[in-house]
Amino acid sequence: MPATNVSKAEREQSHSQPSRVFDLAEHSLRELNQALHKLAPGSNETAWEVLHPRGSHSVAVGVDQPVSIDVRGSVGYYCGGMNDGAAITVHGSAGPGVGENMMSGQIVIKGDASQYAGATGKGGLLVIEGNASSRCGISMKGIDIVVHGNIGHMSAFMAQSGNLVVLGDAGDALGDSIYEARLFVRGKVESLGADCIAKEMRPEHIELLQGLLDRAGATGVKASEFKRYGSARKLYNFNIDNADAY
Amino acid sequence: MCGIVGLFLKDKALEPKLGAMLSEMLVSLSDRGPDSAGIAIYGATTGNEAKITIQSAKPDRDFRGLDAELAKAIGAPVSIAVKSTHAVIRSTPDKVDAAREALQTLRPDVRIMGAGEAVEIYKEVGLPEAVVERFDVRAMTGTHGIGHTRMATESAVTTMGAHPFSTGADQCLVHNGSLSNHNNVRRELIRDGMKFETENDTEVAAAYLSNRMAHGKNLGEALEGTLSDLDGFFTFVVGTKNGFGVVRDPIACKPAVMAETDQYVAFGSEYRALTKLPGIDNARVWEPEPATVYFWEH
Repeated sequence: MPATNVSKAEREQSHSQPSRVFDLAEHSLRELNQALHKLAPGSNETAWEVLHPRGSHSVAVGVDQPVSIDVRGSVGYYCGGMNDGAAITVHGSAGPGVGENMMSGQIVIKGDASQYAGATGKGGLLVIEGNASSRCGISMKGIDIVVHGNIGHMSAFMAQSGNLVVLGDAGDALGDSIYEARLFVRGKVESLGADCIAKEMRPEHIELLQGLLDRAGATGVKASEFKRYGSARKLYNFNIDNADAY
Repeated sequence: MCGIVGLFLKDKALEPKLGAMLSEMLVSLSDRGPDSAGIAIYGATTGNEAKITIQSAKPDRDFRGLDAELAKAIGAPVSIAVKSTHAVIRSTPDKVDAAREALQTLRPDVRIMGAGEAVEIYKEVGLPEAVVERFDVRAMTGTHGIGHTRMATESAVTTMGAHPFSTGADQCLVHNGSLSNHNNVRRELIRDGMKFETENDTEVAAAYLSNRMAHGKNLGEALEGTLSDLDGFFTFVVGTKNGFGVVRDPIACKPAVMAETDQYVAFGSEYRALTKLPGIDNARVWEPEPATVYFWEH
Protein backbone atom coordinates (compact mmCIF):
# COMPACT_ATOMS: atom_id res chain seq x y z
CA MET A 1 0.00 0.00 0.00
CA PRO A 2 1.60 3.32 -1.05
CA ALA A 3 0.67 5.17 2.16
CA THR A 4 2.60 2.62 4.20
CA ASN A 5 5.71 3.03 2.11
CA VAL A 6 5.65 6.79 2.41
CA SER A 7 5.27 6.80 6.17
CA LYS A 8 7.94 4.11 6.49
CA ALA A 9 10.39 6.19 4.48
CA GLU A 10 9.60 9.25 6.57
CA ARG A 11 10.03 7.35 9.76
CA GLU A 12 13.37 5.86 8.78
CA GLN A 13 14.64 9.33 8.09
CA SER A 14 13.48 10.71 11.39
CA HIS A 15 14.40 7.88 13.80
CA SER A 16 17.77 6.38 14.46
CA GLN A 17 16.06 3.16 15.48
CA PRO A 18 13.51 2.20 12.80
CA SER A 19 10.25 1.05 14.29
CA ARG A 20 8.54 -2.15 13.38
CA VAL A 21 5.50 -1.39 11.22
CA PHE A 22 2.45 -3.58 11.48
CA ASP A 23 -0.29 -2.94 8.93
CA LEU A 24 -3.63 -4.33 10.08
CA ALA A 25 -4.89 -4.07 6.49
CA GLU A 26 -2.42 -6.84 5.65
CA HIS A 27 -1.96 -8.77 8.89
CA SER A 28 -4.41 -10.03 11.46
CA LEU A 29 -4.90 -8.52 14.88
CA ARG A 30 -3.87 -11.84 16.41
CA GLU A 31 -0.52 -11.68 14.59
CA LEU A 32 0.06 -8.20 16.00
CA ASN A 33 -0.81 -9.11 19.56
CA GLN A 34 1.18 -12.36 19.45
CA ALA A 35 4.23 -10.50 18.14
CA LEU A 36 3.90 -7.99 20.97
CA HIS A 37 3.47 -10.76 23.55
CA LYS A 38 6.58 -12.55 22.31
CA LEU A 39 8.80 -9.55 23.07
CA ALA A 40 11.49 -10.59 25.51
CA PRO A 41 12.93 -8.28 28.16
CA GLY A 42 15.64 -6.12 26.60
CA SER A 43 14.40 -6.62 23.04
CA ASN A 44 15.71 -4.11 20.51
CA GLU A 45 12.26 -3.80 18.94
CA THR A 46 11.28 -0.92 21.19
CA ALA A 47 9.26 1.15 18.72
CA TRP A 48 6.14 -0.15 16.99
CA GLU A 49 3.72 1.44 14.61
CA VAL A 50 0.28 0.04 13.86
CA LEU A 51 -1.41 1.15 10.64
CA HIS A 52 -5.06 0.93 9.54
CA PRO A 53 -6.59 -0.15 12.86
CA ARG A 54 -10.05 0.74 11.47
CA GLY A 55 -11.84 0.37 14.77
CA SER A 56 -10.36 -3.08 15.55
CA HIS A 57 -10.95 -4.48 19.00
CA SER A 58 -8.22 -5.31 21.53
CA VAL A 59 -5.34 -3.58 19.73
CA ALA A 60 -2.12 -4.01 21.77
CA VAL A 61 -3.73 -5.66 24.79
CA GLY A 62 -1.60 -7.32 27.43
CA VAL A 63 1.76 -5.88 26.40
CA ASP A 64 4.25 -6.39 29.24
CA GLN A 65 7.44 -4.78 27.87
CA PRO A 66 8.39 -1.07 27.93
CA VAL A 67 8.00 -0.49 24.20
CA SER A 68 6.35 2.42 22.43
CA ILE A 69 3.38 1.69 20.16
CA ASP A 70 1.92 4.33 17.87
CA VAL A 71 -1.51 3.41 16.50
CA ARG A 72 -2.34 5.48 13.42
CA GLY A 73 -6.12 5.73 13.42
CA SER A 74 -9.13 4.96 15.61
CA VAL A 75 -9.53 1.75 17.59
CA GLY A 76 -12.52 -0.20 18.94
CA TYR A 77 -13.05 -1.95 22.27
CA TYR A 78 -10.34 -2.53 24.89
CA CYS A 79 -7.27 -1.00 23.25
CA GLY A 80 -4.27 -1.33 25.55
CA GLY A 81 -6.21 -3.41 28.07
CA MET A 82 -4.05 -4.90 30.86
CA ASN A 83 -1.13 -2.82 29.62
CA ASP A 84 1.92 -3.40 31.80
CA GLY A 85 4.67 -0.98 30.87
CA ALA A 86 4.13 -0.04 27.24
CA ALA A 87 3.67 3.55 26.04
CA ILE A 88 0.74 3.39 23.63
CA THR A 89 -0.42 6.41 21.63
CA VAL A 90 -3.64 6.23 19.62
CA HIS A 91 -3.62 8.89 16.89
CA GLY A 92 -7.41 8.83 16.68
CA SER A 93 -10.28 7.94 19.00
CA ALA A 94 -10.81 4.87 21.17
CA GLY A 95 -13.87 2.69 21.66
CA PRO A 96 -15.19 1.36 24.97
CA GLY A 97 -12.82 0.11 27.69
CA VAL A 98 -9.55 1.69 26.58
CA GLY A 99 -6.80 0.82 29.07
CA GLU A 100 -9.11 -1.44 31.04
CA ASN A 101 -7.22 -2.93 33.98
CA MET A 102 -3.96 -1.21 33.04
CA MET A 103 -1.14 -2.18 35.43
CA SER A 104 1.61 0.28 34.44
CA GLY A 105 2.88 2.30 31.51
CA GLN A 106 1.08 5.02 29.60
CA ILE A 107 -1.74 5.27 27.10
CA VAL A 108 -2.45 8.53 25.25
CA ILE A 109 -5.60 8.96 23.17
CA LYS A 110 -5.28 11.93 20.81
CA GLY A 111 -9.03 11.98 20.12
CA ASP A 112 -12.04 10.97 22.25
CA ALA A 113 -12.61 7.85 24.33
CA SER A 114 -15.89 5.98 24.63
CA GLN A 115 -17.40 4.39 27.75
CA TYR A 116 -15.49 3.10 30.79
CA ALA A 117 -12.03 4.37 29.84
CA GLY A 118 -9.46 3.11 32.33
CA ALA A 119 -11.97 0.88 34.12
CA THR A 120 -10.50 -1.08 37.05
CA GLY A 121 -7.00 0.21 36.17
CA LYS A 122 -4.37 -0.56 38.83
CA GLY A 123 -1.53 1.69 37.68
CA GLY A 124 0.03 3.73 34.92
CA LEU A 125 -1.23 6.90 33.26
CA LEU A 126 -4.14 7.19 30.82
CA VAL A 127 -4.37 10.51 28.99
CA ILE A 128 -7.39 11.37 26.86
CA GLU A 129 -6.78 14.55 24.91
CA GLY A 130 -10.41 14.83 23.78
CA ASN A 131 -13.53 13.90 25.76
CA ALA A 132 -14.32 10.66 27.57
CA SER A 133 -17.92 9.45 27.73
CA SER A 134 -19.76 7.71 30.55
CA ARG A 135 -18.23 5.64 33.36
CA CYS A 136 -14.69 6.95 32.90
CA GLY A 137 -12.48 5.45 35.61
CA ILE A 138 -15.19 3.14 36.94
CA SER A 139 -13.79 1.03 39.78
CA MET A 140 -10.29 2.47 39.25
CA LYS A 141 -7.76 0.92 41.63
CA GLY A 142 -4.64 3.06 41.40
CA ILE A 143 -4.49 4.28 37.78
CA ASP A 144 -4.07 7.99 37.02
CA ILE A 145 -6.41 9.32 34.35
CA VAL A 146 -6.16 12.81 32.84
CA VAL A 147 -8.93 13.94 30.48
CA HIS A 148 -8.29 17.22 28.64
CA GLY A 149 -11.98 17.57 27.73
CA ASN A 150 -15.18 16.49 29.50
CA ILE A 151 -16.30 13.20 31.03
CA GLY A 152 -19.76 11.61 30.97
CA HIS A 153 -22.12 10.38 33.65
CA MET A 154 -21.31 7.86 36.40
CA SER A 155 -17.57 8.44 36.12
CA ALA A 156 -15.35 7.12 38.92
CA PHE A 157 -18.21 4.93 40.14
CA MET A 158 -16.86 2.88 43.11
CA ALA A 159 -13.39 4.28 42.41
CA GLN A 160 -11.00 2.77 44.93
CA SER A 161 -7.69 4.58 44.48
CA GLY A 162 -5.73 6.63 41.97
CA ASN A 163 -6.42 10.06 40.53
CA LEU A 164 -8.93 11.24 37.93
CA VAL A 165 -8.20 14.70 36.52
CA VAL A 166 -10.71 16.46 34.28
CA LEU A 167 -9.88 19.77 32.61
CA GLY A 168 -13.45 20.22 31.40
CA ASP A 169 -16.82 19.29 32.92
CA ALA A 170 -18.12 16.09 34.55
CA GLY A 171 -21.54 14.54 33.96
CA ASP A 172 -24.14 13.28 36.43
CA ALA A 173 -23.37 11.21 39.54
CA LEU A 174 -19.62 11.77 39.64
CA GLY A 175 -17.86 9.47 42.09
CA ASP A 176 -20.92 7.52 43.18
CA SER A 177 -20.01 5.16 46.06
CA ILE A 178 -16.38 6.25 45.81
CA TYR A 179 -13.68 4.89 48.13
CA GLU A 180 -10.23 6.51 48.25
CA ALA A 181 -9.66 7.78 44.69
CA ARG A 182 -9.10 11.53 44.28
CA LEU A 183 -11.11 13.41 41.66
CA PHE A 184 -9.97 16.81 40.35
CA VAL A 185 -12.39 18.69 38.09
CA ARG A 186 -11.70 22.12 36.62
CA GLY A 187 -15.13 22.75 35.12
CA LYS A 188 -18.71 22.17 36.17
CA VAL A 189 -19.89 18.94 37.82
CA GLU A 190 -23.44 18.12 36.76
CA SER A 191 -24.07 16.27 40.04
CA LEU A 192 -22.18 14.27 42.64
CA GLY A 193 -23.05 10.62 43.29
CA ALA A 194 -23.85 9.08 46.66
CA ASP A 195 -21.15 9.67 49.29
CA CYS A 196 -19.03 11.88 47.00
CA ILE A 197 -18.30 15.37 48.32
CA ALA A 198 -16.18 18.42 47.46
CA LYS A 199 -13.00 18.55 49.53
CA GLU A 200 -10.37 21.11 50.42
CA MET A 201 -7.39 21.52 48.04
CA ARG A 202 -4.39 21.37 50.35
CA PRO A 203 -0.81 22.09 49.20
CA GLU A 204 -0.07 18.38 48.79
CA HIS A 205 -3.04 18.07 46.39
CA ILE A 206 -1.86 21.05 44.34
CA GLU A 207 1.56 19.46 44.10
CA LEU A 208 0.18 16.05 43.14
CA LEU A 209 -2.17 17.56 40.56
CA GLN A 210 0.53 19.78 39.04
CA GLY A 211 2.70 16.70 38.58
CA LEU A 212 -0.11 14.86 36.80
CA LEU A 213 -0.89 17.85 34.56
CA ASP A 214 2.78 18.09 33.60
CA ARG A 215 3.01 14.37 32.82
CA ALA A 216 -0.16 14.58 30.74
CA GLY A 217 1.05 17.56 28.70
CA ALA A 218 -1.81 19.71 30.00
CA THR A 219 -0.31 23.15 29.62
CA GLY A 220 -2.09 26.47 30.09
CA VAL A 221 -4.04 25.34 33.15
CA LYS A 222 -3.18 25.83 36.80
CA ALA A 223 -3.69 23.25 39.53
CA SER A 224 -5.37 25.96 41.59
CA GLU A 225 -8.22 26.15 39.04
CA PHE A 226 -9.44 22.68 40.02
CA LYS A 227 -11.76 21.46 42.73
CA ARG A 228 -11.15 18.23 44.56
CA TYR A 229 -13.84 15.63 45.21
CA GLY A 230 -13.65 12.44 47.23
CA SER A 231 -15.42 10.14 49.60
CA ALA A 232 -17.41 11.28 52.62
CA ARG A 233 -16.67 7.73 53.90
CA LYS A 234 -20.22 7.24 55.13
CA LEU A 235 -21.07 4.22 53.00
CA TYR A 236 -17.98 2.08 53.54
CA ASN A 237 -19.79 -0.41 55.72
CA PHE A 238 -23.43 -1.29 55.46
CA ASN A 239 -25.51 0.67 57.91
CA ILE A 240 -29.27 0.27 57.84
CA ASP A 241 -29.73 4.00 58.52
CA ASN A 242 -28.05 4.70 55.16
CA ALA A 243 -30.33 2.36 53.17
CA ASP A 244 -31.74 5.20 51.09
CA ALA A 245 -28.30 6.33 49.98
CA TYR A 246 -27.08 3.03 48.53
CA MET B 1 -25.14 -7.34 21.82
CA CYS B 2 -26.70 -6.73 18.36
CA GLY B 3 -25.25 -4.34 15.83
CA ILE B 4 -27.15 -1.47 14.28
CA VAL B 5 -26.37 0.92 11.46
CA GLY B 6 -28.04 3.84 9.73
CA LEU B 7 -27.16 6.08 6.82
CA PHE B 8 -28.92 9.28 5.79
CA LEU B 9 -27.62 10.81 2.59
CA LYS B 10 -27.43 14.54 2.01
CA ASP B 11 -25.57 14.28 -1.30
CA LYS B 12 -27.78 12.97 -4.12
CA ALA B 13 -24.69 11.72 -5.95
CA LEU B 14 -24.34 8.98 -3.34
CA GLU B 15 -27.91 7.68 -3.74
CA PRO B 16 -27.00 4.96 -6.27
CA LYS B 17 -24.51 3.62 -3.69
CA LEU B 18 -26.79 3.61 -0.64
CA GLY B 19 -27.39 -0.15 -0.72
CA ALA B 20 -23.70 -0.93 -1.13
CA MET B 21 -22.64 1.51 1.62
CA LEU B 22 -25.23 0.31 4.12
CA SER B 23 -24.43 -3.34 3.32
CA GLU B 24 -20.73 -2.79 4.05
CA MET B 25 -21.60 -1.08 7.32
CA LEU B 26 -23.81 -3.94 8.44
CA VAL B 27 -21.48 -6.75 7.35
CA SER B 28 -18.64 -5.16 9.33
CA LEU B 29 -20.67 -5.68 12.51
CA SER B 30 -21.50 -9.36 11.84
CA ASP B 31 -19.80 -10.57 15.02
CA ARG B 32 -22.16 -8.47 17.12
CA GLY B 33 -25.07 -10.74 16.19
CA PRO B 34 -25.13 -13.93 14.12
CA ASP B 35 -28.82 -14.84 14.46
CA SER B 36 -30.58 -12.76 11.84
CA ALA B 37 -30.14 -9.59 9.88
CA GLY B 38 -32.32 -7.03 8.18
CA ILE B 39 -32.18 -3.83 6.24
CA ALA B 40 -34.69 -1.13 5.32
CA ILE B 41 -34.01 1.05 2.30
CA TYR B 42 -35.91 4.21 1.48
CA GLY B 43 -36.05 4.70 -2.28
CA ALA B 44 -37.32 7.48 -4.46
CA THR B 45 -41.03 8.24 -4.22
CA THR B 46 -43.27 9.12 -7.16
CA GLY B 47 -46.36 10.17 -5.21
CA ASN B 48 -48.60 7.80 -7.15
CA GLU B 49 -47.12 4.48 -6.13
CA ALA B 50 -47.04 2.56 -2.85
CA LYS B 51 -45.09 -0.57 -1.98
CA ILE B 52 -45.76 -3.49 0.33
CA THR B 53 -42.82 -5.77 1.15
CA ILE B 54 -44.01 -9.31 1.87
CA GLN B 55 -42.22 -12.50 2.93
CA SER B 56 -43.06 -16.16 2.59
CA ALA B 57 -41.45 -19.42 3.72
CA LYS B 58 -42.75 -20.89 0.42
CA PRO B 59 -42.21 -18.10 -2.11
CA ASP B 60 -42.72 -20.33 -5.19
CA ARG B 61 -46.19 -21.26 -4.04
CA ASP B 62 -47.24 -17.93 -2.54
CA PHE B 63 -45.91 -15.39 -5.04
CA ARG B 64 -46.98 -17.16 -8.27
CA GLY B 65 -49.98 -15.43 -9.81
CA LEU B 66 -50.37 -13.13 -6.80
CA ASP B 67 -50.25 -9.93 -8.88
CA ALA B 68 -53.27 -10.88 -10.98
CA GLU B 69 -55.27 -12.18 -8.01
CA LEU B 70 -54.51 -9.09 -5.94
CA ALA B 71 -55.31 -6.71 -8.84
CA LYS B 72 -58.68 -8.38 -9.20
CA ALA B 73 -59.38 -8.23 -5.46
CA ILE B 74 -58.61 -4.52 -5.06
CA GLY B 75 -59.64 -3.33 -8.50
CA ALA B 76 -56.35 -1.62 -9.32
CA PRO B 77 -53.21 -2.51 -11.25
CA VAL B 78 -50.62 -4.45 -9.23
CA SER B 79 -47.02 -5.42 -10.02
CA ILE B 80 -44.85 -7.77 -8.05
CA ALA B 81 -41.05 -8.01 -7.93
CA VAL B 82 -39.81 -11.20 -6.28
CA LYS B 83 -36.46 -11.29 -4.44
CA SER B 84 -35.86 -14.73 -2.90
CA THR B 85 -38.24 -15.11 0.08
CA HIS B 86 -39.43 -11.51 -0.22
CA ALA B 87 -41.50 -9.70 -2.81
CA VAL B 88 -42.36 -6.04 -3.33
CA ILE B 89 -45.92 -5.39 -4.39
CA ARG B 90 -46.58 -2.07 -6.11
CA SER B 91 -49.96 -0.42 -6.49
CA THR B 92 -51.58 2.98 -5.97
CA PRO B 93 -51.25 4.58 -2.50
CA ASP B 94 -55.00 4.58 -1.84
CA LYS B 95 -55.13 0.79 -2.28
CA VAL B 96 -52.54 -0.19 0.36
CA ASP B 97 -55.06 -1.00 3.11
CA ALA B 98 -57.27 -2.94 0.72
CA ALA B 99 -54.26 -4.89 -0.56
CA ARG B 100 -53.14 -5.77 3.00
CA GLU B 101 -56.62 -7.03 3.77
CA ALA B 102 -56.87 -9.02 0.54
CA LEU B 103 -53.49 -10.62 1.22
CA GLN B 104 -54.81 -12.10 4.46
CA THR B 105 -57.42 -14.04 2.50
CA LEU B 106 -55.47 -14.75 -0.69
CA ARG B 107 -52.21 -15.76 1.01
CA PRO B 108 -52.73 -16.31 4.74
CA ASP B 109 -49.14 -17.55 5.25
CA VAL B 110 -47.52 -14.46 3.78
CA ARG B 111 -46.05 -11.99 6.28
CA ILE B 112 -46.00 -8.25 5.71
CA MET B 113 -42.55 -6.74 6.42
CA GLY B 114 -43.59 -3.16 5.86
CA ALA B 115 -45.43 -0.78 3.58
CA GLY B 116 -45.21 2.78 2.36
CA GLU B 117 -44.28 4.95 -0.58
CA ALA B 118 -40.54 4.74 -0.04
CA VAL B 119 -39.52 1.83 2.17
CA GLU B 120 -38.57 -1.73 1.29
CA ILE B 121 -37.63 -4.10 4.12
CA TYR B 122 -35.66 -7.32 3.82
CA LYS B 123 -34.91 -9.49 6.82
CA GLU B 124 -34.10 -13.14 7.39
CA VAL B 125 -32.40 -15.54 9.75
CA GLY B 126 -28.67 -15.71 8.98
CA LEU B 127 -25.56 -13.57 8.87
CA PRO B 128 -25.63 -10.07 7.34
CA GLU B 129 -23.54 -11.15 4.34
CA ALA B 130 -26.01 -13.92 3.50
CA VAL B 131 -29.01 -11.63 3.89
CA VAL B 132 -27.45 -8.80 1.88
CA GLU B 133 -26.48 -11.27 -0.88
CA ARG B 134 -29.86 -13.00 -0.95
CA PHE B 135 -31.75 -9.77 -1.52
CA ASP B 136 -29.11 -8.07 -3.67
CA VAL B 137 -29.17 -5.11 -1.27
CA ARG B 138 -25.85 -3.78 -2.61
CA ALA B 139 -27.53 -2.87 -5.91
CA MET B 140 -30.29 -0.84 -4.24
CA THR B 141 -30.48 2.92 -4.55
CA GLY B 142 -32.10 5.23 -2.05
CA THR B 143 -31.98 8.29 0.17
CA HIS B 144 -31.55 6.65 3.58
CA GLY B 145 -31.68 3.29 5.29
CA ILE B 146 -31.18 1.39 8.52
CA GLY B 147 -29.91 -2.11 9.30
CA HIS B 148 -29.58 -4.59 12.13
CA THR B 149 -27.72 -7.78 12.95
CA ARG B 150 -29.29 -9.64 15.83
CA MET B 151 -28.16 -11.52 18.91
CA ALA B 152 -31.55 -12.54 20.23
CA THR B 153 -32.50 -12.05 23.87
CA GLU B 154 -36.20 -11.25 24.16
CA SER B 155 -37.91 -13.48 21.62
CA ALA B 156 -37.35 -16.35 19.18
CA VAL B 157 -34.88 -16.34 16.29
CA THR B 158 -37.31 -16.12 13.39
CA THR B 159 -37.81 -13.93 10.35
CA MET B 160 -40.54 -12.05 12.18
CA GLY B 161 -38.30 -11.55 15.21
CA ALA B 162 -35.61 -9.94 13.06
CA HIS B 163 -35.28 -6.17 12.77
CA PRO B 164 -36.15 -3.65 11.32
CA PHE B 165 -39.68 -3.59 12.71
CA SER B 166 -42.21 -1.58 10.79
CA THR B 167 -45.50 -0.61 12.42
CA GLY B 168 -46.61 2.34 10.29
CA ALA B 169 -46.37 3.53 6.70
CA ASP B 170 -42.72 4.19 5.82
CA GLN B 171 -41.75 3.92 9.50
CA CYS B 172 -39.27 1.43 10.86
CA LEU B 173 -36.92 0.96 13.77
CA VAL B 174 -33.85 -1.05 14.78
CA HIS B 175 -32.87 -1.55 18.41
CA ASN B 176 -29.86 -2.58 20.42
CA GLY B 177 -30.87 -3.42 23.96
CA SER B 178 -33.85 -4.88 25.75
CA LEU B 179 -37.01 -3.33 27.12
CA SER B 180 -38.45 -4.32 30.49
CA ASN B 181 -41.92 -2.74 30.34
CA HIS B 182 -42.84 -3.84 26.83
CA ASN B 183 -45.79 -6.01 27.92
CA ASN B 184 -47.49 -3.10 29.64
CA VAL B 185 -46.80 -0.68 26.81
CA ARG B 186 -48.05 -3.26 24.29
CA ARG B 187 -51.33 -3.59 26.19
CA GLU B 188 -51.78 0.19 26.23
CA LEU B 189 -51.05 0.45 22.51
CA ILE B 190 -53.44 -2.40 21.67
CA ARG B 191 -56.14 -0.52 23.56
CA ASP B 192 -55.37 2.46 21.31
CA GLY B 193 -55.81 0.34 18.17
CA MET B 194 -52.23 -0.70 17.38
CA LYS B 195 -51.71 -4.20 15.96
CA PHE B 196 -48.80 -6.53 16.82
CA GLU B 197 -47.36 -9.50 14.97
CA THR B 198 -44.86 -10.79 17.58
CA GLU B 199 -44.01 -10.99 21.29
CA ASN B 200 -40.87 -8.97 20.62
CA ASP B 201 -39.92 -5.96 22.76
CA THR B 202 -38.58 -3.97 19.80
CA GLU B 203 -41.87 -4.19 17.94
CA VAL B 204 -43.39 -2.37 20.93
CA ALA B 205 -40.88 0.47 20.57
CA ALA B 206 -41.67 0.73 16.84
CA ALA B 207 -45.42 0.72 17.52
CA TYR B 208 -44.98 3.29 20.29
CA LEU B 209 -43.36 5.71 17.83
CA SER B 210 -45.95 4.98 15.10
CA ASN B 211 -48.72 5.59 17.63
CA ARG B 212 -47.25 8.91 18.81
CA MET B 213 -46.74 10.08 15.24
CA ALA B 214 -50.32 9.03 14.40
CA HIS B 215 -51.37 11.31 17.28
CA GLY B 216 -49.65 14.24 15.57
CA LYS B 217 -46.17 14.22 17.10
CA ASN B 218 -43.18 14.68 14.82
CA LEU B 219 -40.31 12.18 14.82
CA GLY B 220 -38.29 14.19 17.33
CA GLU B 221 -41.20 14.51 19.77
CA ALA B 222 -42.03 10.81 19.44
CA LEU B 223 -38.41 9.87 20.16
CA GLU B 224 -38.41 12.21 23.17
CA GLY B 225 -41.37 10.25 24.56
CA THR B 226 -39.40 6.98 24.60
CA LEU B 227 -37.20 8.43 27.35
CA SER B 228 -40.08 8.64 29.82
CA ASP B 229 -42.38 5.87 28.57
CA LEU B 230 -40.01 3.00 27.73
CA ASP B 231 -38.01 1.32 30.48
CA GLY B 232 -34.90 -0.68 29.70
CA PHE B 233 -31.77 -0.48 27.65
CA PHE B 234 -31.96 0.98 24.21
CA THR B 235 -30.20 2.62 21.38
CA PHE B 236 -32.82 3.15 18.66
CA VAL B 237 -32.22 4.12 15.06
CA VAL B 238 -35.41 5.06 13.25
CA GLY B 239 -36.40 5.78 9.66
CA THR B 240 -39.41 7.64 8.33
CA LYS B 241 -40.31 8.57 4.74
CA ASN B 242 -38.01 11.58 4.82
CA GLY B 243 -36.35 11.37 8.21
CA PHE B 244 -33.77 9.58 10.29
CA GLY B 245 -33.48 9.64 14.08
CA VAL B 246 -31.36 8.29 16.94
CA VAL B 247 -31.98 8.12 20.68
CA ARG B 248 -30.23 6.33 23.58
CA ASP B 249 -31.63 5.64 27.03
CA PRO B 250 -30.27 7.70 29.97
CA ILE B 251 -27.89 4.94 31.12
CA ALA B 252 -26.53 4.63 27.55
CA CYS B 253 -24.61 1.38 27.99
CA LYS B 254 -25.47 0.25 24.44
CA PRO B 255 -22.71 1.59 22.24
CA ALA B 256 -23.21 4.20 19.55
CA VAL B 257 -21.06 6.35 17.31
CA MET B 258 -22.08 8.85 14.67
CA ALA B 259 -20.37 10.62 11.81
CA GLU B 260 -21.46 13.61 9.76
CA THR B 261 -20.04 15.19 6.63
CA ASP B 262 -21.54 17.42 3.92
CA GLN B 263 -22.52 14.18 2.16
CA TYR B 264 -24.19 12.07 4.87
CA VAL B 265 -25.08 11.37 8.49
CA ALA B 266 -24.09 7.85 9.56
CA PHE B 267 -24.72 5.77 12.67
CA GLY B 268 -22.94 2.60 13.81
CA SER B 269 -22.85 0.54 17.00
CA GLU B 270 -19.09 0.81 16.61
CA TYR B 271 -16.61 2.90 14.67
CA ARG B 272 -15.74 -0.23 12.63
CA ALA B 273 -19.02 0.24 10.75
CA LEU B 274 -18.01 3.71 9.56
CA THR B 275 -14.44 3.14 8.43
CA LYS B 276 -15.20 2.61 4.73
CA LEU B 277 -17.47 5.63 4.29
CA PRO B 278 -16.16 8.31 1.95
CA GLY B 279 -14.35 11.14 3.72
CA ILE B 280 -14.59 9.46 7.12
CA ASP B 281 -11.11 10.65 8.11
CA ASN B 282 -12.32 14.23 8.00
CA ALA B 283 -15.88 13.61 9.23
CA ARG B 284 -17.18 14.95 12.53
CA VAL B 285 -17.30 11.76 14.60
CA TRP B 286 -19.01 11.73 18.02
CA GLU B 287 -20.75 9.55 20.53
CA PRO B 288 -24.43 10.53 20.81
CA GLU B 289 -25.24 11.78 24.32
CA PRO B 290 -27.51 9.76 26.61
CA ALA B 291 -31.19 10.74 26.71
CA THR B 292 -30.73 13.09 23.76
CA VAL B 293 -32.76 12.99 20.58
CA TYR B 294 -31.02 13.42 17.24
CA PHE B 295 -32.97 13.60 14.00
CA TRP B 296 -32.56 14.77 10.45
CA GLU B 297 -35.18 15.28 7.76
CA HIS B 298 -34.95 15.79 4.02
